[in-house]
Amino acid sequence: MDSALIPDGAKRCSFPVFAIGIAAVGAVLLWGVFAMFLIWFKGLNQTNMNDYYGFALWIWADLAVIAIGGGAFFTGLLKYIFGIDELKNIINFAVIIGFICYSSALLILAIDIGQPLRGWFIFWHANVHSMLTEVAFCLSCYFAVLVIEFIPNILENKQLIKIPFLRHVNHNMHGIMAVFAATGAFLSFFHQGSLGGVTGVLYGRPFGVREGLLVWPWTFFLYTFSAAAYGPTFTILVTKAVEKITGKKLVKDNVIRLLAKIAGWMILVYIVAKIIDTIYWANVTAPQLGFTLNDFYGHGFYRIWILYAEIIIGGILPALILIFKRSRENSTLLVLALILAVFGVCLNRWVMVLQVMAVPVMSFDQWAHYFPSWQEIATTILPVAYGIILISLTYRYLPVFPQEQELYPETIAAAKAEAEAKVQEEDAKKA
Amino acid sequence: MFPFSFEWVWDAAHIIFFGGLWYALSILGMGMTYVIFKSLYDVIWGKESEGH
Repeated sequence: MDSALIPDGAKRCSFPVFAIGIAAVGAVLLWGVFAMFLIWFKGLNQTNMNDYYGFALWIWADLAVIAIGGGAFFTGLLKYIFGIDELKNIINFAVIIGFICYSSALLILAIDIGQPLRGWFIFWHANVHSMLTEVAFCLSCYFAVLVIEFIPNILENKQLIKIPFLRHVNHNMHGIMAVFAATGAFLSFFHQGSLGGVTGVLYGRPFGVREGLLVWPWTFFLYTFSAAAYGPTFTILVTKAVEKITGKKLVKDNVIRLLAKIAGWMILVYIVAKIIDTIYWANVTAPQLGFTLNDFYGHGFYRIWILYAEIIIGGILPALILIFKRSRENSTLLVLALILAVFGVCLNRWVMVLQVMAVPVMSFDQWAHYFPSWQEIATTILPVAYGIILISLTYRYLPVFPQEQELYPETIAAAKAEAEAKVQEEDAKKA
Repeated sequence: MFPFSFEWVWDAAHIIFFGGLWYALSILGMGMTYVIFKSLYDVIWGKESEGH
């Protein structure tokens, strides 16, 4: 039915099977959209946010998707600026994942501000003393970069590439992609950092506050570095998931292992910096503000295990698995490391958004509890469904994985034979 | 916000924040303008795309 749009030589499931899959995920998407409209029409009273939790589940999801979407800017930096050419085989998919993550982040923000029609106020009536303004500027501009980086992928579609103008646009965009990639890396550095900087300058919240360099708290640098380190692990994890679902190998092992090795070393460097930061904060920064480590980890869900889980299970362990050749080349251990890494960075963002709000600050304060409403949960799941649908569409209709045809030469031969047979059939009809 | 807006103040914060924003937008805008004009030129003069 849609075979005219499917890349040459690529084998995909039948259209009805694809449509059923999209419909199933689309139902979840619609649930999220329903909750989104409830919030837009009825207001933020649909959430369980309160005076303690001005930042809640959405902001965690926002920070988490921005961190795991960091694979796009970092892979682009490695490919276009550092010239690691092997990564051309995964850069398309990294961009798509980045696009999904950042568009989701913007969608979540559009829901979170409660008045999306006034979203442009941040550009026109900007508070130029706020790190969040810097985040808004860089996030919007970087999303524009991702759109630009995504366009050549779309133009590679079998039908679109036949149009001369679009074919030239595609070619010329590739010619200057390094400029866009460099701009993207510059923007990412600042918005990732400023997201961390927001927690670091919360002077009224000793759990989050950090010392730093000039106007930038250490969390500024930790967030940027963690996004660059952990982002590629999510790219590889989703690639592995797509390979599992489709039952096909889509990227060669040497590419995956190279990116995994780089991510492993980056995570190791990050986690060492994180440990130093934690020790200094626990022994110097917090005591200066009248707190001990036990004050932050002594209640309900928020016990000291959460710190160990973040640093050891979500940091040291995946880093060690990824840097050693033997463990990295074991597919089970590789996937385990990727899952732990994604868990680690998401837990870090959870702690820095939600635990910051939960810890009592005044002597008469209690630990603050919060559980999201169903509307918050639905709108947080919405980007997941959207991501699955977009990945499905791009995988089906665009040549996302350049090595797919190389890995399956028999499908190319079959496609060519089929095309030749069609031509012969048409010739016979004409005769 | 532009320098001719009534809220604008000529201080370091405005110059750095908005300077950075316009700088980034200018690069993206000029890049895409170049791509579109170069593609139109290539189509009009019948230049064959060499792939990438």
